[in-house]
Amino acid sequence: MPNIQGSTTPPIAELPAIAADVLVIGGGLSGTWAALAAAQAGARVVLADKGYCGASGVAATSGPGHWWVPPDPDARAEAIRQRMAIAGGIADPAWMERILDITWTTLPTIADVYDFSTDEAGTVQYRGLRGPEYLRAMRRKIHRLGVRILDQSPALELLADSDGTIVGARGLRRQRGEAWTVRAGAVILATGGCAFKSRLLGSHTNTGDGHLMAAEAGVDFSGMEFSTYHTVSPAHSTMTRSMSFAFATYYDGEGREIAVPPGDTTRTLARAMLEGPVLCSLHRMPADIRERLRRVQPNMMLPFDRSGAGVGGGGGGVDPFTQRFPVLLRPEGTIRGSGGIRLADDDCGTAADGLFVVGDAATREPVAGAVSGGGAILAAWALSSGVIAGRAAAARAARHGRRTDTPARPLGQAGLRPARHAAAVDPRAVTAAVQAEMLPYDKTIFRRGPALARSLSRLEGVWSDLRDHLDGDGAATAGETVQARESAALTAVARWCTRAALVRPESRGMHLRVDAPASHPALARRLTVGGLDRLWSRFEGPAPQPLDHPATPQAGAA
Amino acid sequence: MISLVIADRCTGCQVCVRVCPTNVFDAVRGGPPVIARQQDCQTCFLCELYCQPDALYVDPDCETPATVSAEEVERSGQRGSYRRDSGWDEWAGDPRYANEHWRMDQIFARARALS
Repeated sequence: MPNIQGSTTPPIAELPAIAADVLVIGGGLSGTWAALAAAQAGARVVLADKGYCGASGVAATSGPGHWWVPPDPDARAEAIRQRMAIAGGIADPAWMERILDITWTTLPTIADVYDFSTDEAGTVQYRGLRGPEYLRAMRRKIHRLGVRILDQSPALELLADSDGTIVGARGLRRQRGEAWTVRAGAVILATGGCAFKSRLLGSHTNTGDGHLMAAEAGVDFSGMEFSTYHTVSPAHSTMTRSMSFAFATYYDGEGREIAVPPGDTTRTLARAMLEGPVLCSLHRMPADIRERLRRVQPNMMLPFDRSGAGVGGGGGGVDPFTQRFPVLLRPEGTIRGSGGIRLADDDCGTAADGLFVVGDAATREPVAGAVSGGGAILAAWALSSGVIAGRAAAARAARHGRRTDTPARPLGQAGLRPARHAAAVDPRAVTAAVQAEMLPYDKTIFRRGPALARSLSRLEGVWSDLRDHLDGDGAATAGETVQARESAALTAVARWCTRAALVRPESRGMHLRVDAPASHPALARRLTVGGLDRLWSRFEGPAPQPLDHPATPQAGAA
Repeated sequence: MISLVIADRCTGCQVCVRVCPTNVFDAVRGGPPVIARQQDCQTCFLCELYCQPDALYVDPDCETPATVSAEEVERSGQRGSYRRDSGWDEWAGDPRYANEHWRMDQIFARARALS
C-alpha cells in the first residue's frame, strides 16, 4: 500500500528499467491522445503522470469544447480567416487546417468510452465534453489498448545517449519511494503549460517540468512573451470557469459599474483591481440558463454553494445572481498563453532527436498566433498534436528500435544536482520569489521594459542560487525531490517568459508593452528564446528591418 | 482546499490517495486516509467525484484551510453534491443530473447576443 502514514522512509530504490517504444510524460488531454495514437500504431507505450492520469491537468477540471468546423471548404476557410485576422501575423493557416481536420475525424472515435450527448433533434454533439468524464474515458481507452500507466510518477529528467538522442526518462514513484527508468525509442513531452502555481483551476502540477527537461536536451522555446492570459474567478477560489462570466457585470469598490469595452475585459478589470476591490454580479444570466447551469458545469456553483456563509457559517451560501461577490484574475502563464517548446518539424518533433512535444507544453503559435487560442483551439491542438506526435513517435521507434542497450546519461541539472556544493535552498522560497515577478498584474498584463529588466535580474539571482546549491537528488523524501525540481522549472520558465517580453519591444496580441504600445510590422515574426545559464533570444524569419516603419495601433486584446 | 475525511463514511478504499493529482493524502492501514499535505491541495474537487461513499469534503477557499465539522457538511446538503450533480455512479441516467455540457456553445452565443 502506498504512502503508509507512520512508516519509516526507506532510501529511494531504483526499479529495473522498463522498455517501451514510446514514453509519454504527462497524462492530460494531449498526453492521452498521444498515447492512444502511438498504441493504435502498434507501439508499446508507457505513460507516466505526476499525479493521476484522468484527474491531472487543466482539461480534467474544465470542459474542453473543441474547435469544430465541418469539412466544408468554405466554412473551414472562413474559420481560419477569422483566426488569422487576430493572430498577430505569426500563425500558420496550414496548421489550422490540419488540426481542424484531425479533430473532426478523430474525436468521434472515442464514442465507445465517452457517452456523447444528443440534442433535442437527436443529433450527436461531439464538440464539447466534460473534463472529468473526458479524461476518465481517455484513461479507459488507452488502458484497453495496453498502454502501461504509471500514476503518481513525476518525471525528473530525460536520458540521452552519447550522440544526444533522447532514449528515455527517469522519475519517481512518489508514493513508494522508488525511482523509475523508462528506456524508449521516442519520448513525448505532454507536461502542459506553466501558470506559476497561480491557483488557476487544475494547474498546480503544471510547473514547467517538461520545459526544463527539454532545455537540458538543448531544445529552445518560441512565443514565451505570449504568456499573459488571465481568467476571472471568484476571490479565494480556483473556479476559473469562464462561461458564466460572459454574463457578468462588474463594479468597483464604490459600487459603480465598470464599463468593459468588448474584447478588453482582462486589461479593464486588471486596471480596476490594481486600484481596489472588484465585485461581480451574474444577474444578467437568463433564468433558464441558471436553472441548467449545474447540468452544464457541475463544479461552477461549488464556490457559491459552499462559500463562507454556507458550510461552517450557518448555511445559505452566496446567490451570484442576486448578490455581488468579489472576483480576481487568475494568471494562466503559458497555459492559455501561446508560447512553449519550439517545434522543429511538422511531426511535433523538437530540436532534440527522439523528443516530441504536444499540447500546452508546445508553442501554440502556429494555431493561435499572439493571442490565446482559448479553450476551443487549445483542445483541438491537444488532441491533434497528440495524434500527430503519437503516430510519428511510433514510426520512429519502429524505424530505430528501442535502443535499450545503448548507454544513457541523465540530463537533469538545476534542482536535482547542484552545480557547486549542496546548501540550504528552500524550494518554497524559490517559488514565492518567482511568483512575485510572474503573478502581479502590473508586471505581466502591463509590461514595461525597466520593470521587466528588474524582474529578470531578480530571477537570474534566484536561478544561480538554486542551480549552484539546490540538491533535490539528495533530499530526504521523494516529495522534496519533486518540489525542488519543480521550483527550478518554475524559475526557468519565468526567465524565458521575462526575457522574451523584454526583447520584444512592441505590443502584439496578449503581449502589451505599456512603454511600446504599438505593433511594428517588422516584428510580426516569432521570437525564439533558449539557454539555461545564459539566456539568448532571436527573432525568426528575415533579418530585422529598421524600426522606422509607421507603427500600427495595437489590435486584438487577449 | 480539502478539509475533511469523514471517518464514519469512509470505506478505506484509498481511491482518493490514488487519484489526487497533487498527492495530498496518505493511506492508513485499516482506516481512513489522512490529509497529509493540505497546502498542496489545488482545490479541483476531483477527489469528491471519485469518492463513492461521499466521505470527502473540499472547501472552496483555495487559500486558507477551513475548519468544518462532519455535522456542518451534512447540514449544508453539500456532502456528495458535486458527484451527484455530475451524474456519476448511482446518479447515472437520472435526468435531473444529465450531462448538458454540450450546451456551452449555445450559452456563450446567448451571452454575446445579450451584450
